[in-house]
Amino acid sequence: MPSRSESELTALAQRVKAGQPRAVARAITLVEAGGGAGEDLVDLLHGAFGAARIIGVTGPPGAGKSTLVDGLITELRRQERRVGVLAVDPSSPFSGGALLGDRLRMGRHAEDRAVFIRSMATRGHRGGLTLATTEAAGILDAAGFDTIIIETVGVGQSEVEIMSTADAVMVVLVPGAGDDIQALKAGIMEIGDIYVVNKADLAGAAELAAVLRFALRGEVDPDIADSEYLGTEHAAGYDPRDYPAAQNAPQILLASALDGSGLPQLIEALDQRLAQLDRSGELALRRRQRGAAALERIAQSALRGWLAERGIVAGDPQQLLREFDSDSRGPHRFMRDKLQQLTRSREGGDL
Amino acid sequence: MSEPIDLEQLETARREWDKTVLTPALEKNPGRDEAALRTASNIPLQPLYDPTSDNPATYLERQGFPGCYPFTRGVQPTMYRGRLWTMRQYAGFGTAEQTNARFRYLLDQGQTGLSVAFDLPTQVGLDSDHSLALGEVGKVGVAIDTLRDMEALLAEIPLDEVSTSMTINAPAAVLLAMYIVVAESQDADWSKLRGTIQNDILKEYVARGTYIFPPGPSMRLIQNTFEFCARKLPKWNSISVSGYHIREAGATAVQEVAFTLADAIAYVETALQAGLNVDEFAGGLSFFFSAGSDLLEEVAKFRAARRMWARIMKQRFGAQSPRSMTLRFHSQTSGAALTAQQPDNNVARVTLHALAAVLGGTQSLHTNSRDEALALPSQESVQIALRTQQILAHESGVANTVDPLAGSYVVEALTDEIEAQAHDYLERIASMGGMVQAIEAGYVQREIADAAYTYQRQLEDGKRIVVGVNRFTTADEPHRDLMRHDPGLREAQLARLADVRFERNEQAVLQALRALRNAAEQPGENLMYPIIDCVRRYATLGEICAELRRVFGEHTQPGVV
Amino acid sequence: MTKRLRILIGKPGLDGHDRGAKFIARGLRDAGYEVIYTGIRQTPESIVSTAIQEDVDLIGLSLLSGAHNELFPRIVQLLREQDAADIVVFGGGIIPEEDIEPLKQAGVRAIFTPGTTLNTIIEFIESCRQDQKVS
Ligand SMILES: Nc1nc2c(ncn2[C@@H]2O[C@H](COP(=O)(O)OP(=O)(O)OP(=O)(O)O)[C@@H](O)[C@H]2O)c(=O)[nH]1
Ligand SMILES: [Mg+2]
Repeated sequence: MPSRSESELTALAQRVKAGQPRAVARAITLVEAGGGAGEDLVDLLHGAFGAARIIGVTGPPGAGKSTLVDGLITELRRQERRVGVLAVDPSSPFSGGALLGDRLRMGRHAEDRAVFIRSMATRGHRGGLTLATTEAAGILDAAGFDTIIIETVGVGQSEVEIMSTADAVMVVLVPGAGDDIQALKAGIMEIGDIYVVNKADLAGAAELAAVLRFALRGEVDPDIADSEYLGTEHAAGYDPRDYPAAQNAPQILLASALDGSGLPQLIEALDQRLAQLDRSGELALRRRQRGAAALERIAQSALRGWLAERGIVAGDPQQLLREFDSDSRGPHRFMRDKLQQLTRSREGGDL
Repeated sequence: MSEPIDLEQLETARREWDKTVLTPALEKNPGRDEAALRTASNIPLQPLYDPTSDNPATYLERQGFPGCYPFTRGVQPTMYRGRLWTMRQYAGFGTAEQTNARFRYLLDQGQTGLSVAFDLPTQVGLDSDHSLALGEVGKVGVAIDTLRDMEALLAEIPLDEVSTSMTINAPAAVLLAMYIVVAESQDADWSKLRGTIQNDILKEYVARGTYIFPPGPSMRLIQNTFEFCARKLPKWNSISVSGYHIREAGATAVQEVAFTLADAIAYVETALQAGLNVDEFAGGLSFFFSAGSDLLEEVAKFRAARRMWARIMKQRFGAQSPRSMTLRFHSQTSGAALTAQQPDNNVARVTLHALAAVLGGTQSLHTNSRDEALALPSQESVQIALRTQQILAHESGVANTVDPLAGSYVVEALTDEIEAQAHDYLERIASMGGMVQAIEAGYVQREIADAAYTYQRQLEDGKRIVVGVNRFTTADEPHRDLMRHDPGLREAQLARLADVRFERNEQAVLQALRALRNAAEQPGENLMYPIIDCVRRYATLGEICAELRRVFGEHTQPGVV
Repeated sequence: MTKRLRILIGKPGLDGHDRGAKFIARGLRDAGYEVIYTGIRQTPESIVSTAIQEDVDLIGLSLLSGAHNELFPRIVQLLREQDAADIVVFGGGIIPEEDIEPLKQAGVRAIFTPGTTLNTIIEFIESCRQDQKVS
């Protein structure tokens, strides 16, 4: 990539703030690439971050996250909101390539200038992705999008990471296929502000919602009280009824992303939740935590870059091994000495 | 009299042959690349099939006799000894007049049925002057905006004598309405009209892409046409359940059979829900398959499909009439198998495809033209394609006895295998709640995309050979006299549309459209009647579909790559 | 470090035959590119706006209906109007020999006819990278 001069970056930042699509897209590419230009750009735009609300959407693969986001965009547009979307899909671990398919379901918003949809690939970086999405969200924020939705890949750790990226998290679940039980196991039940039982047009939605109300709010639906689900809870020696629902216990809503039913209610619940988080000071707290987490990641990423430049990580492992082989100390000792040597020597250089 | 075969003795002999003859031979020469020794659908082929792979005790159950359950050997007792298949070439391009001229030429040349291709705006219910129709008017078929175009398309063709097949799906009800209104003006009796509307929306969602409305309302329109045809057009096939496009989208032979039958099952269920009796409408169901290059597998595919359908209709839906159990099908030679390179080689391919269809017992056949992979076929190419069928019919001899490949050990074994694998798919789909659900979940699309990708990769890796494409290539040769589209065509079509809009009684059109909308809002109404009213008053296809779009909404593609 | 190229694979026009487009999309993913697939029935406007938002380096268009002479140049034109002329456009489908030159004149960088292998397309993409046509 050609290096960018300071004035070029300043101009780009200006155009981002003016909301020019090309500039916004370029800026996201830069932060995604994670180089010096992206870092400088974030610093330039930093002052313009913080106005938008950032909503995370997570849930198991195929739960209907993208379809739901598509519906949410429509609703938000009705309220004249400007909507930015970051849709994350996995990179292939084999080729490093990715097929970014989320926006396929959001096609009808392609020509709406007040909607900006960007697909991002995980590109193998774990925590790094969180930094890239946080910063990409910042770019959209600076460009004037007031509501930013981040759709996660929906597998593994991303659900938890989304907590440190968004103001509020929406967990999408679907009836059937034992997803509900899986979700309980996967720790997805701790992270949501709102739980959406999507595909409510399919059988089993009401039951799943009841189970969630029971598990998350201790509410018992008389029709379902004796269902097998509750049985499993009792067997585990845990009965949520012993723990009265906190005032801020998450909401559980039914929706069908396919036909749009339940979406206005979802938006309303979201607004309420954000207002409540704001009033209680929780929102400010989350944002502070997010800032701290970002700093930590920047440090990690800078260190990682420094190590990479010196071939300690992501370099030629053979080279490092040969060095180690000709050394009789243990691996820890070897590495500690090596690092110490690097930081002391002139070639250690600046971070 | 000869003794019945002693299977045990045979098996011993076969094992002996395997050991003493086959194994040493394989040691000397292990054979060609593994992928090449599979069928086109990746079914591994044994080196040799013999009577041990076929159980004569189950002959009646599995093969039976032609014209009898389970119809493996054919839907009629005498097949082509009685009457040859219908030679039906798909035609349609440019304006209605040009297509009309091509039809009359083909009828003169001995073709026995008409087949209409429509351009894409027509297929997705848009008028020629819609912005999305830019560049598409009259391109892959004829443009039909109003009854006036249909009148020109069918001018001087005796509609009570020919049988007409229309490749139209999402707006099938509208085009059917136009057809019967033209027939009426020719004084042709509705009860005499013969033909088919494709009307198969489910495969549009998975393979062909010309859908308009979501599955629910689409199925209602199909229900309405079923009911209408059962009552008013007794000789009309109200649907042609199409595996062709599924196959062309890259499905295997097994998937083609399985997904087509799964679609058909959904349609039967829809008709039953409408209160029709199985035997009242099932005779109006017809099928449409692709005929590809893997001759043995293709023949087995057709036979397996016939047997499965008979069993499904009898056992699952309790059909009584034999006609309800017979899978009657049109076939078209595979377009995807043709190559742009060395296009004359396609004549040989098409011969192979057509042979497969005839050996598979097709009821009608379209043979592709050699230049199909390049552009619109020229008149000369169309003629060669038709002649290919005539040569098969009159010179090859394969039409002179029924189901000639029956009893071929390999063909019977493949027939069983395809049935077994397709059956597994049907179970899987049933467990998902049926075909509509399987499609909405993207399952079917994913299966097809995976198969297509595997096949294409084999091609690119040279594991499969296509002559002239990845082997035996020659330096680029100039393409010859291809048919070109008439650049003035769009303007001419737009002018005619404008004329109609100007001349018609606007008030009457608006009223009819209003009535259509009201009817669409009532789930119980059969929309064929208000659509016929709209058509009669020269409402455009786009206007009619727009009215329905307002009530039904539009389908968007589930994201499967 | 070489840049990870982003490529949009789109189907303008009304034809629904997406077998080829899907194959290319997957194949390019397996070759290490980030691919955005737009699905069928896309207007030139939506393809261009998607390409810009996604900041792609190339756009690959697949079209089988014969509307390429109208739609491909329109897309190139829109890119120019929206300050995105640097995005390389290539196309494929049933495209007659004699249409290829005029399409290239109109700004479509390459046209691939049926039977083109994935490798040929990859070579083309890499040549664009080399030519610095892709920044
Ligand atoms: N019946 C029904 N199907 C739905 C609904 N919402 C989404 N779907 C279908 O579910 C499938 C998956 O939808 P997506 O929106 O791609 O799901 P996703 O969670 O974004 O999937 P990934 O991004 O791949 O994890 C698609 O076939 C949708 O059509 C719904 O409300 N009802
Ligand atoms: Mg998604």
